[in-house]
Amino acid sequence: MSLVEVRDIFQSYGQRPILERVNLSVAEGEFVSIVGASGCGKSTFLRLLLDQERPTRGEITVDGEPLKGEPDRTRGIVFQRYSVFPHLTVRDNIVAAEALSRPLGRLFGGVKRAACARAEAALERIGLAHVAQQYPSALSGGMQQRLAIAQALAAKPRILLLDEPFGALDPGTREQMHRFLLDLRAETKMTVFMVTHDLPEAFKLGDRVVVFDKTRWDPHDPAAYGATITYDFDARNGGIPYQLNEDQDGLPDPAPHPVAEAG
Amino acid sequence: MRWINRHPGAAGRLMLAALPFLLVALVYSAASAARLAENPQDRILPSFATLGDTALRLLTEEDRRSGEILFWGDTASSLSLLASGVGIAALLGLCVGLAIGLVPMVRSTFQGFVAVLSMIPPLALLPILFISLGVGDAAKIALIAIGITPFLIRDLSARTLELPQEQLVKAQTLGASTLAIAVSVALPQIMPRLISAVRLSLGPAWLFLIAAEAVASESGLGYRIFLVRRFLAMDVILTYVAWITLLAFLIDWGLARLSRWAYPWAEARA
Repeated sequence: MSLVEVRDIFQSYGQRPILERVNLSVAEGEFVSIVGASGCGKSTFLRLLLDQERPTRGEITVDGEPLKGEPDRTRGIVFQRYSVFPHLTVRDNIVAAEALSRPLGRLFGGVKRAACARAEAALERIGLAHVAQQYPSALSGGMQQRLAIAQALAAKPRILLLDEPFGALDPGTREQMHRFLLDLRAETKMTVFMVTHDLPEAFKLGDRVVVFDKTRWDPHDPAAYGATITYDFDARNGGIPYQLNEDQDGLPDPAPHPVAEAG
Repeated sequence: MRWINRHPGAAGRLMLAALPFLLVALVYSAASAARLAENPQDRILPSFATLGDTALRLLTEEDRRSGEILFWGDTASSLSLLASGVGIAALLGLCVGLAIGLVPMVRSTFQGFVAVLSMIPPLALLPILFISLGVGDAAKIALIAIGITPFLIRDLSARTLELPQEQLVKAQTLGASTLAIAVSVALPQIMPRLISAVRLSLGPAWLFLIAAEAVASESGLGYRIFLVRRFLAMDVILTYVAWITLLAFLIDWGLARLSRWAYPWAEARA
């Protein structure tokens, strides 16, 4: 039984189609990387999974239940930027994962102390304990994203959505973040969807790599058609089976037509 | 070297900052001296010495009739009116601005209404306020509040709308209700904006206060200025104007300090 079921999703903004006939079935605990050229609806797809937007047609179900029409605690999100709250200290950003679900978004007394202790333990584990009392603006990009992931995980979502979470980081930091994410995933067994522009990253982290692309292409009107899932790779073991079958010397080319900016 | 690349040193900066003040003082004292040389009884441009004497008299001497020092009574009365008016406006602006910025239903209902309201010249409403609320303090507080609330609402709702959508989505994925987002995500981030909006609206607030005091009052800084105008008492007027300027400057500076102290995270982001 799959956890997330996407059936015949169409999404258009006004007259402009973005996604066409997207179907996907993801089992609990799978890590799905989503790649594709710029503007082919990867982030739109993530927003649909998040329930920040409703599809024009089609349905998404989680655990057999259709989505309710707004984001909730079952699906956590990490954006490329603006994911943490700038007015809260690093520790309070983690505490917010528990506090915000209260009526006033605040905890009081013993509950608050317990949450702070848990937050400090979480910061210890991700190596941010020494900056617990600082504000996010004092942190480097990599530390901010680590905090954002820890914050999303502190709410214990069943599904974690990552929208180019490492896109703004330098290669060394990115490498660290990969290890961090793989460790967390081994611990929590969460279902993850990650949009990325970086193909090696997609294959390294994902169990599956799905490619969004346009199957129909009008050279005189590039916006005439929407994108859909054109490939669905098995990426376990670094995508080895696929590479041996189809492409002896490198990574697959996800673009069936000439698009300048692939991946 | 280009002018855009030339920076004054520490001492130079101080000197340049003092320069316009010195120039104004110089021009004034020259003009004053010239008038007094022609007519020692001249009251239009009193000398600095006269101004100093007047200031000392105003600050320390009791009124013969009431036995109180009018200067401090005027100050207390004006400041309490100003604080009440600005306080009410700030509270209203914060609540309504947040609601308009966060809740689409409220936005659709009130955005156009507030835009129209803010076009009403507040001073034109003063007679209505005097008729309906009497000529007491209530009308003056109402004038200040009415005068600056629309600006505060529009500014704060715009600032709330500027909060990154990502943060609001994030808060929802952490289970936050509309109230929790308003109180714990939007409100703390809007507070420094409220302080800077209040700082900007203090100028108009003083304007409305002095205008209202000038029209109908028994005390207050604006009342005193317009009272002594009849006697051409420029020395008193100038002392009061300098005092009002100093008060306004101190309030502005205090608010800036408050913002930096209470919301240190806002500095780094700005």
